[in-house]
Amino acid sequence: MKQTQSQQRPKRYGMAIDLDKCTGCGSCMVACFAENNVSFREDETNKLLSITWLRVYKMTNDKPFPDTDVCYIPRPCQHCAGQHEGHSPCVSVCPATATDYSLYTGIVSQIYTRCFGCRYCMAACPYHARYFNWWDPVWPTGMERTLSPNVSPRMRGVVEKCSFCFHRYQLARDKAYTEGKRPIREAEYQTACTHACPSGAIVFGDLNDSTHQVNRIVRPDPDNHYKARNPRAFRLLERLGTDTKVYYLSDREWVRQAGDNYLADEQPGTIGPPRGGSH
Amino acid sequence: MLPFLFEWVWDMGHYVFHGAVWAVLSIIGMGMTFCIIKSVVDTMQGKTGHDPHH
Amino acid sequence: MDSALIPEGVKRCSLWKFLLALALVSAVLMWGVYAMLLCWVKGLNQTNMNDYYGFALWIWADLAVIALGGGAFFTGLLKYVFGKDELKYIINYAVLIGFICYSSAQLILGIDVGQPLRGWFIFWHANVHSMLTEVAFCLTCYFIVLTIEYIPLSLENRQIKKVPFFANLTHNMHSAMAVFAATGAFLSFFHQGSLGGVSGVLFGRPFSFREHILIWPYTFFLFTWSAAAFGPSFTLFVTWLTEKITRKKLVKDEVIHMVAKISGWMIITYIIAKSADTLYWMFNTAPSQGLQWSFFYQNNPFYGKWILFTEIFICGFLPGLLLIFKATRENPTFRVTALVLGIIGVCLNRWVLVLQTLAAPVLPFDSWVLYIPSWQEVATTILPIAYGVILIMISHRYLPIFPQERELNPIDAPPASVVSRQPAPTAVVEGQSA
Ligand code: SF4
Ligand code: SF4
Repeated sequence: MKQTQSQQRPKRYGMAIDLDKCTGCGSCMVACFAENNVSFREDETNKLLSITWLRVYKMTNDKPFPDTDVCYIPRPCQHCAGQHEGHSPCVSVCPATATDYSLYTGIVSQIYTRCFGCRYCMAACPYHARYFNWWDPVWPTGMERTLSPNVSPRMRGVVEKCSFCFHRYQLARDKAYTEGKRPIREAEYQTACTHACPSGAIVFGDLNDSTHQVNRIVRPDPDNHYKARNPRAFRLLERLGTDTKVYYLSDREWVRQAGDNYLADEQPGTIGPPRGGSH
Repeated sequence: MLPFLFEWVWDMGHYVFHGAVWAVLSIIGMGMTFCIIKSVVDTMQGKTGHDPHH
Repeated sequence: MDSALIPEGVKRCSLWKFLLALALVSAVLMWGVYAMLLCWVKGLNQTNMNDYYGFALWIWADLAVIALGGGAFFTGLLKYVFGKDELKYIINYAVLIGFICYSSAQLILGIDVGQPLRGWFIFWHANVHSMLTEVAFCLTCYFIVLTIEYIPLSLENRQIKKVPFFANLTHNMHSAMAVFAATGAFLSFFHQGSLGGVSGVLFGRPFSFREHILIWPYTFFLFTWSAAAFGPSFTLFVTWLTEKITRKKLVKDEVIHMVAKISGWMIITYIIAKSADTLYWMFNTAPSQGLQWSFFYQNNPFYGKWILFTEIFICGFLPGLLLIFKATRENPTFRVTALVLGIIGVCLNRWVLVLQTLAAPVLPFDSWVLYIPSWQEVATTILPIAYGVILIMISHRYLPIFPQERELNPIDAPPASVVSRQPAPTAVVEGQSA
């Protein structure tokens, strides 16, 4: 895609989530809801119809007591880059160019006013990160005054998803620009979930910038589809070739194994090159 | 669909895809235009359409 | 009462009977229209789709009707491009069925999208790399072609063709038909294929992802092939059904047998290719993504290995074999059984590629999710069937759809009112082949 914004050098915003620190409290989910004007209904029991840009899943190792272990895994949009930058599962299929991959930030955007609700992107996303507005968004009286003016609410019939709090990026970018076109500082652009996590499990920043904490934790390898060099780190469904920007960390072998599908005789990490669309 | 829209890129994908689309639309359009004009002419010449074919 | 509109030399039921039947089908149609309006006014919350099932019954119905409507392009291709002239006796009906299938698909898509008023974005802001874009463009263009193919047929009506301009137009359009048919075949290759590509390119979905040739996944080629194979089967089946309902022979057996034979060979070759593709997926593609093929057929109450077996053997090889052997092909019971099995098979294939793809979990900590359509979805899917029946009823009553009908069903004592029996009708009807 043609890019209209100009930036100093391509960024690759991404996240590292330490699953050994995550307690599954759900603060990130709540923060995300509030920050991004996510709509809700009176009855949210059917989770297949709830909009949760960031969803915390619960996994267990399926072992009987006393070996039972539980892990919570927060799942925002993974901002997939695909096998070649921009060939995300969802972006590559959207017929109306209503979701786009920014080569300057690595963020997968969603253009609500352009999406016509075909939901092909939802079928394409293996992480279930995309949500459809099945209903008109309605906020209880008075509550619309709590909506953030920086994020447009979505109408019925379109798809929405985590934007890595892109409006925060825009604010930081504008500020940096007015202050002498200086680069954006790490602390200036942080997502709402990162701020909200009480145990500091989420770290956010530019994966290409070695001064950013996320880069130092993950140590992504640009020559190998940004695979993490930190042995504690893994990505979800890495072998599908989605090349995601959300990394998870854990000391527990079973947790790392649960990030991908493996045949019985395969060891995590011994897999071949990832597959993916070729165009 | 048109080159001035922001998502337009001058690349192979667009050449092939839109090349084919516009070619097909032209064929269909010209074919129909031909049929209609010829029918108007035929009608004015007093043909009834029931003449033996070929 | 409407005898002035009925083609000469054929017999139709009384107008009252016709209107009664029309009213019955229209009642079903209205039920569908009501559901459609509900979906448009209240939104897609009227369906049982959810965030795991962004695609469901409707997309399946789209894929299925377009595969079944494939008879139009394939018969057209064989007749106009490869010169199989006998097909002129069935092509009108193939075109009509194709027209119904494609208009239905457009209608269903119009209900399926969340923002129907923005439907034109798919053309205006087209992402040329998306399979759905290719589908939208080719489908629309091909629908225009089908309309063009249907126009001369509708102008064949006894009263309309009295107008010299329309008679000339019919004549001229017949002359140009080869160009339109060839364009239609070209478009069909692509949109049938792209519909297969829709699921084949989903590299995030190991169940449907397939390796590519250039930019097209294997499913692209399989879909085109299967539409060319099962589309003619569907045309034959509907013809058989029409013959049963009208209690008349409408197309000669030679023509039926010929189409059945072509369909049979297409089915057999297709199902061999499909089997090869399935084996490659089972032992290569799926394992390379860390999944045993059997994973996709267990741990859920519905999608078992039976579905694969049914699709490939019972509804693939079996109908194919029944249609290629002369003895079974020319036996009406076997032939119709084969046609029905084939139709089920191709519908099952489309179902599996849309629904099972979404049902199977991809994240290791996720689970299977099944789906049952809501009544609104069912009603809106039946809506196009009712619409198709109505269009067939009207077309059959007032247009010479079946060129051989007069010959096969001679009216012994022509009613006194039909005085001027010119030899014209045969000539005009045969004009299809001009
Ligand atoms: S996680 Fe899903 S929505 Fe996000 S970029 Fe990847 S495919 Fe698209
Ligand atoms: S639902 Fe919207 S964003 Fe998703 S593929 Fe369709 S038009 Fe694109």
